[in-house]
Amino acid sequence: MALQEAVLEPGVRDFDIQPHRPRRGTVAENDSMNRALGWFSVGLGLTQLVAPRELARFIGIPDQPFLLRFLGMREISSGIGILTKKEPSNWLWSRVAGDVMDLALLGIALKSDESNRNKVLMAAAGVAGVTALDWMASRQSSEASGRILGLKTRDGMIAGRTAMTINRDRAELYRFWRDLENLPRFMNQIQSVHRRDERISRWVAKGPAGVRLEWDAETVDDRPGERISWRSLPGSRVENRGAVEFEDAPGGEGTEVRLRMEYRPPAGVAGALVAKLIGQEPEQQMREDLRRFKRLMETGEIPTTDGQPSGRSMMRRDRKYER
Amino acid sequence: MKAVCWQGKKKVSVERVPDPRILNPRDAIVRVTSTAICGSDLHLYNGFNPAMMRGDILGHEFMGEVVEVGSGIRDLRVGDRVIVPFAIACGNCLNCQESLFSLCENSNPNAWMAEKLWGYSSCGMFGYSHLTGGYAGGQAEYVRVPFADVGAFRVENGLSDDQVLFLTDIFPTGYMAAENCDIKAGQTIAVWGAGPVGLFSIKSAFLLGAERVIAIDRFPERLRLAREAGAETLNYEECDIREGLDYLTAGRGPDACIDAVGLEAHGDSIQYAYDRAKQALSMETDRPIALREAILCCRNGGIVSVPGVYAGFLDKIPFGSVMNRSLAIRTGQTHVHRYVQPLLKHIEDGDIDPSFLITHHLSLDDAAAGYDIFSNKQDGCVKVVMHPN
Ligand SMILES: NC(=O)c1ccc[n+]([C@@H]2O[C@H](COP(=O)([O-])OP(=O)(O)OC[C@H]3O[C@@H](n4cnc5c(N)ncnc54)[C@H](O)[C@@H]3O)[C@@H](O)[C@H]2O)c1
Ligand SMILES: [Zn+2]
Ligand SMILES: [Zn+2]
Repeated sequence: MALQEAVLEPGVRDFDIQPHRPRRGTVAENDSMNRALGWFSVGLGLTQLVAPRELARFIGIPDQPFLLRFLGMREISSGIGILTKKEPSNWLWSRVAGDVMDLALLGIALKSDESNRNKVLMAAAGVAGVTALDWMASRQSSEASGRILGLKTRDGMIAGRTAMTINRDRAELYRFWRDLENLPRFMNQIQSVHRRDERISRWVAKGPAGVRLEWDAETVDDRPGERISWRSLPGSRVENRGAVEFEDAPGGEGTEVRLRMEYRPPAGVAGALVAKLIGQEPEQQMREDLRRFKRLMETGEIPTTDGQPSGRSMMRRDRKYER
Repeated sequence: MKAVCWQGKKKVSVERVPDPRILNPRDAIVRVTSTAICGSDLHLYNGFNPAMMRGDILGHEFMGEVVEVGSGIRDLRVGDRVIVPFAIACGNCLNCQESLFSLCENSNPNAWMAEKLWGYSSCGMFGYSHLTGGYAGGQAEYVRVPFADVGAFRVENGLSDDQVLFLTDIFPTGYMAAENCDIKAGQTIAVWGAGPVGLFSIKSAFLLGAERVIAIDRFPERLRLAREAGAETLNYEECDIREGLDYLTAGRGPDACIDAVGLEAHGDSIQYAYDRAKQALSMETDRPIALREAILCCRNGGIVSVPGVYAGFLDKIPFGSVMNRSLAIRTGQTHVHRYVQPLLKHIEDGDIDPSFLITHHLSLDDAAAGYDIFSNKQDGCVKVVMHPN
């Protein structure tokens, strides 16, 4: 069995599905640069948290304290991550993510009439400089680890796993999942699944920027009440594979459900990074899919606030935070 | 409809917004008849929750009449008079089945966000920031109630709104705080904060068999209500609390201490200046002045029960005192659903009339004034109840 097929193997429960061992020394060599970037993050983050309005005024963008504070928290946590983690690569990547986000925001600000162009350009130049440093530092330390920006990757595939306990019978959960046409009810990215025959199904998903993606997948392993695994057929536009396992939870607390997936992102790992920046982190999305599955199975519906009133109803959608 | 919207720090306004509609089969729509302002709303009002957005509809203590039900609702009918717990619970998950309703695993659509801050999420709540779901609240003419089959309790017409409204939050909250003290006959309970939650803690401690209750606050009208409820009182501006409690309990300390103050504790010491400064710099989210004191004052082997709300990170908690003196800390958002029936019975039996603390009845239109006086404890304000009309 080839290494990359491992995700299809039983034993989803085994947490360490992709051992990676950082090369010794890599981190230490970059120590002082890492530390400087770490402190820069903490400092910037504190400024964003404490004085969002002043900072907004200083860099010349419209006053959005909540957003700036949120970015501040992210900066501080990535700064602390860099300063304290033995193996800082994903924290460094989150700095890069942060930089790109800041640049994007400054880009938006540049278009808005409320901003002061010169100030924004100055700030952008500053951020771009730091981005370059971040990029170098993270490239160096992530070469050793197989993780980019918290994305677990192997051979250019994005990998993720997540687990939840569902207060339902194992057989019932299996049955619902086994009827693949049910999957779009809780998998946000999947628009439809049609069965061709017992083994082959046609999947339609919405990809980044609303692109329609289609592929055929085959069911590899189907053990009633225990596990289902699948993979895309060779030559598919979106190469992917996954497995879900069902196990009785101890103490009669329902069923432990574990989900693992790997896919080759249509726009490459870089595309996946961009997706992550706009809040579509693959592993988090898997977790939310599994959570929706849990909610649907336990309560018969998926709680939402999408469509409720608010004092900002002039906005089309009121679903800022649901993933 | 009209609704009270959060507009930023210390700013709320009554806005015209669209009426709520059924979004899920187990939803119901309730026309609100009474809706209160809670101490928890003050934490949002004073800007301590970063997950509030301008335009969010506030309010989690409300009752009214069912005007519409979703296709999944069987036992509730249009016209039913209901009270609605602030915690939203599905009734199906493991925690709900263990009666840990405020830990419902399914009701917070933004659980991912709470997981980032707290490790795991609590339940969804009405009008209580996007961290707990961003659900539109009940300081409005109408409100959507998710999982209404579990979260809307019918009450008969014999009792007034004022008598049953607080079953939605503060009465169960005070009761759970007292229950968490495992009160045995002869015991003394100290309660920090004689606000609505503190006052219900005092009443509940007596209901549960406490011998003595000692209440701590600084506002005369609140201390008076505490005394009327049977408590002895200490004004923290006039005496040293540790010394006072030590003297009153003859050197043992209270058997249990209840912190019914929460993250906006006030103080007159250097501590207060320290916490305010750290909060202003976002280096600490909460000011745990009452909590620190409650820990230090508690009897060896005693219980510190914390109904007061904390949101994030607290500094200088004397955990050495907790560890070395075998203290237990009990806390949580209230599992309201499990207290509604038993406490309703206490009200029906005349053991308690929860309306005793209402000082202000206002029109919903006057919400801004209501928040202002309740927040600043002006005009003798203890509890504000508003009515849309
Ligand atoms: N656990 C829950 O589910 C739940 C439910 C409702 C309310 N709460 C929380 O309970 C707390 C109290 O709510 P409330 O409605 O009574 O609010 P409130 O603001 O009316 O009462 C707080 C009282 O504490 C007093 N106080 C302030 N600093 C003090 C100090 N250092 N020592 C002693 N007293 C002090 C104030 O003078 C005030 O009377 C809040 O934190 C609220 O969020 C929790
Ligand atoms: Zn409350
Ligand atoms: Zn539940």
